[in-house]
Amino acid sequence: MDTNIEEIKFEVLEQLKNLTDIENIRTLSVRYLGRKGIVTTKLRNIAKLPVEERPRAGQAINLLKKELQAIFDQAAGSNQKTSKTEQIDVSLPGRIPERGFFHPVTLIIRQISDIFARLGFNIVEGPEIETDYYNFEALNLPKNHPARDMQDTFYISDNIVLRTQTSPMQIRVMEKQKPPVRIIAPGKVFRRDSDLTHTPMFHQVEGLLVDHKVSFSDLKGILTTFVHQIFDKRTKLRFRPSFFPFTEPSAEVDILCVICRGKGCRVCSHSGWLEVLGSGMVHPAVFENIGYDTEQYNGFAFGMGVERLAMLKYGIDDLRKFFENDFRFLRQF
Amino acid sequence: MQVSLSWLKDYIPIKKIDAEILADKLTMAGLEVEGLWDRYQHLKQVLVARIISVQEHPQADRLKICRVACGDQEKLVVCGAPNAAPDLVTALALPGACLADNTIIQKSKIRGVLSEGMLCSEEDLGLGTNTAGLLVLNSDLKIGTPLAIALGLEDQVLEIDLTPNRPDCLSIIGVAREIAGFDYGKLKYPLITLSQEGEQIKTMTSVEIENPQACHRYAARLIENVKVGPSPAWMQARLLSIGLKPINNIVDCTNFVMLEYGQPLHAFDFDQLAENRIVVRMAGQGEKFITLDQKERTLHADTLMICDGQKPIAIGGVMGGLNSEIKKTTTRVLIESACFAPGSIRKTSKKLDLSTDASHRFERGVDPDGTVRALDRVAELMLTTAEADLVPGLIDEHPKPQSSLSLELSTTKTNCILGTDLKQAEIKKLLEAIEFQVKTINTDLLSVQAPSFRVDVTRSIDLIEEVARLWGYNKIAVTFPLIPAHGRLINQRIDWREHIRSLMIGFGFTETINYSFIDQNACDHIGLPNDDPRRQVATLLNPLSVSQRIMRSTLLPGMLGTLGRNLTLSSGLTLKIFEVGKIFIQGSAEQPLEKEMLLALWCSPKQTCDFFDIKGVAQGLLKALGIDAGYTKLSQQDCYYTRPGYTAQIIIDSKILGLVGEINPTLMKTYHLNQTAYLLELDLELLYQLIPLGKLERQVKPLPKFPSVTRDITMIIDREIEAAEIVNSIISNVSQNKDQSLVEDVYIIDVYEGDKTPAKKSISLRIIFRSGEKTLEDEVVNALHTEIAERVIKQFKADLP
Repeated sequence: MDTNIEEIKFEVLEQLKNLTDIENIRTLSVRYLGRKGIVTTKLRNIAKLPVEERPRAGQAINLLKKELQAIFDQAAGSNQKTSKTEQIDVSLPGRIPERGFFHPVTLIIRQISDIFARLGFNIVEGPEIETDYYNFEALNLPKNHPARDMQDTFYISDNIVLRTQTSPMQIRVMEKQKPPVRIIAPGKVFRRDSDLTHTPMFHQVEGLLVDHKVSFSDLKGILTTFVHQIFDKRTKLRFRPSFFPFTEPSAEVDILCVICRGKGCRVCSHSGWLEVLGSGMVHPAVFENIGYDTEQYNGFAFGMGVERLAMLKYGIDDLRKFFENDFRFLRQF
Repeated sequence: MQVSLSWLKDYIPIKKIDAEILADKLTMAGLEVEGLWDRYQHLKQVLVARIISVQEHPQADRLKICRVACGDQEKLVVCGAPNAAPDLVTALALPGACLADNTIIQKSKIRGVLSEGMLCSEEDLGLGTNTAGLLVLNSDLKIGTPLAIALGLEDQVLEIDLTPNRPDCLSIIGVAREIAGFDYGKLKYPLITLSQEGEQIKTMTSVEIENPQACHRYAARLIENVKVGPSPAWMQARLLSIGLKPINNIVDCTNFVMLEYGQPLHAFDFDQLAENRIVVRMAGQGEKFITLDQKERTLHADTLMICDGQKPIAIGGVMGGLNSEIKKTTTRVLIESACFAPGSIRKTSKKLDLSTDASHRFERGVDPDGTVRALDRVAELMLTTAEADLVPGLIDEHPKPQSSLSLELSTTKTNCILGTDLKQAEIKKLLEAIEFQVKTINTDLLSVQAPSFRVDVTRSIDLIEEVARLWGYNKIAVTFPLIPAHGRLINQRIDWREHIRSLMIGFGFTETINYSFIDQNACDHIGLPNDDPRRQVATLLNPLSVSQRIMRSTLLPGMLGTLGRNLTLSSGLTLKIFEVGKIFIQGSAEQPLEKEMLLALWCSPKQTCDFFDIKGVAQGLLKALGIDAGYTKLSQQDCYYTRPGYTAQIIIDSKILGLVGEINPTLMKTYHLNQTAYLLELDLELLYQLIPLGKLERQVKPLPKFPSVTRDITMIIDREIEAAEIVNSIISNVSQNKDQSLVEDVYIIDVYEGDKTPAKKSISLRIIFRSGEKTLEDEVVNALHTEIAERVIKQFKADLP
């Protein structure tokens, strides 16, 4: 009896080897497990056995039946693909659930904010229309100072301007808060300039850290970390002396051109380097303006153009694209 | 600022400088080199050539056809120069060559004859000012060699983008001084040997400064027997090397010394000065004056003028006047070298919208101790170049000489701010390399005196910057500030805004960012009534155009513009767009009020969306934020940019949170849009106040233990009755009546408005019954349902279908 069962199993497996079509597998399955099938008949014939043998034989045949069923199921399953009637063209497009797209400026501001939030900076915001005091005076840019030429300004009145930088937030925060200060301030800024490389509105993120014993080398640390996170860890950067009225020493941060890797190309004006951040140690005149003790505290500030980072990261070649809101552009993010 | 290596070498005695390395060093010292080019690049396609023969041009008397040898080949070139003759060795520009004025030479027919290049004059090539004829070259030169090689011309030009704090580098010597600081060698100043003897000038003229706060110093010298003519070749070469056109010996000398020392100078025709004297005073308000560029300028009461005994002769520090200009006939010249107050010059330059090389330097600050040195230098150059005689003596009005500032510099503080470990001696060496005078006070402190030309150095932090810059920013270590671990203060407003953005993206809307300025007539376009607060706009005094003149008081015009642009690109598009941004209302305060808003537009071709789609967005968004709002029909007269009858106000606690509705079809036509669009507008300032916080944010209800029973009711009512009225009536009755507390929910499942019964509509409601204690029996539910149905039918005078 037992050998018989093993033989049946072997017989089935042998036959299955040659079968690929699902219909043939089904026919084979019926031949063994169908109502008049070999195994079913065997089960029925148990009644003819002596009473004491019946339980063992019953168990064995039932086990066989289960095993064969599993074998047939598996064969049928693994052979599904061969069925001509039961298949679909999976190369056809799926139905993509409708979704919207974030503006690239939002995406970059979120990335910048996340990086600095992890470094312990709080995010603050403030008015886009500012007084001359916050936008210029308090930042060590007195009236009739040539450094004002660095930014063409939109005026609402003699004293009210569209902020040309997010730097006024430095003053607004320090006026309200004693050190330590660690903030970044993202937002819109405006400059009266419109051509291939300038739009009258764009976005900046300002940063400020004030505490005891903050040094220029700390500024290098924080900004190096930032650049490595927003681009990648291998990005080479350099700090270059520059001038901003509200920082001293001031530094521009250049990264090795992401397009040509320093060989020189159109994007980096053949210099191999790209300016991505302005920064420096907070000028004592700024601390004096808001009443921080310059003997006790120092700090650093930095600022960056959001669109510029987006252009470098996403390979956008025309600044104006950001505000044309062309769907063909926006739907790529 | 352009600087040529050839000129730099006059002061830095080095033979060979690798321009690229030099440019990099300057950049890394804070003098950003923006451009670097070979000055004779354009001469690469200009060859030494010999004229073989000259023929008359058949069509033109003054033109000749020259057969020219230039190496292996011969070319035919049409030429009009009088000195074109056989055997002349001259310069031939081949097609593709670029002349000094940026003309590109092409093969072209001149009066019917093909010319295969151009024979050039000195001026054509930027090598001088001679325009009279072809450049005459030494006949020994090898024919066919590129001109730059043949003449040994080699020069490179650096374009430096100077920051406003470094006026000292607005001069060749200034840049050379920086280079000397890199250990390239010792700076060699020009040798001035002008006689300082005599007083004769004081008998011939005088200088009177009425406004010493605007004119700190005014020095003058006088020269006689001047012969105005071209300046010498060496001087022309220097000026040409940085792209400046030579004019005559007097003007060239003033330009040369201005570029050399950074001190602007002016030369007056002394015989044009009434009473032969100088008075420095303010102009009369509204006074007219004609400047050297032959333009009439209207002066202001704070415009500092250089005058003679009677009238203005120059706008101080900005531009000279036509009335005292150097002419060919000039024989006596008064040379001015002055130091004006930066603020005063800048104000004048801004007010007159006139920026010159002189005003650019004065408004940044010139060396107050360099006034006389530059004057002597220019006088000496004029004496030799114009064969003139010096009137002995010097006038130097210097009402308030300032003593130079001594600053203290602490080594500890320097290292503390920079994060460096510099020794006092190292700091001293760095500063001395750029002519700072440094004395040691003690082991920590240095006493530093900045040279007079460094007008930007006024406090010790300025010295620390110099140390950092000269030491090299990239040699400073990378360290990290100590930041204590603390829970980041969450900016709730930003978190909510970002949540709203994400929700809108999830609902299929794409984010846009439009300009914050809009067309000055935008409020008219969208039909705002005259008393609407959004009419109180902040207006720009200096907009880029009238279409960007006012600060937006609504996001709608910008969004409609975006809609329009996209529909032009592809008309079949379904557009779901939104913007989160500020609007500006000019209230009584000086600074306009800023308010954050959300505006979403949904525009589908072929009417595939309707009012209830956009209302659904509003409901979904507010629900996700935990806000329950009411929607009430906005009366016809209150609909400006939305369609009457298809507009609802979103209201919470009788405060208006926003608007949903169809954009007014007339407005769509105004914007040339022939589609239907739906709008959602939310006042985010109010919304942020309403979002429940903390424990109120969300409380989970226990899941029901017993099954619910559902009953529907359909009735026919007057069309005017709003479905929400019936639902609200059932719900409010339930909350008042304890017996009916088994009603869990009521909502509308269908509304039908047939054409046959125009005054009526059929409405189906579903009521969900559930008990928290047991499974409800049919009899209980039926009784309750009948009671509710009967009451509603009675209340709304409904019929059963």
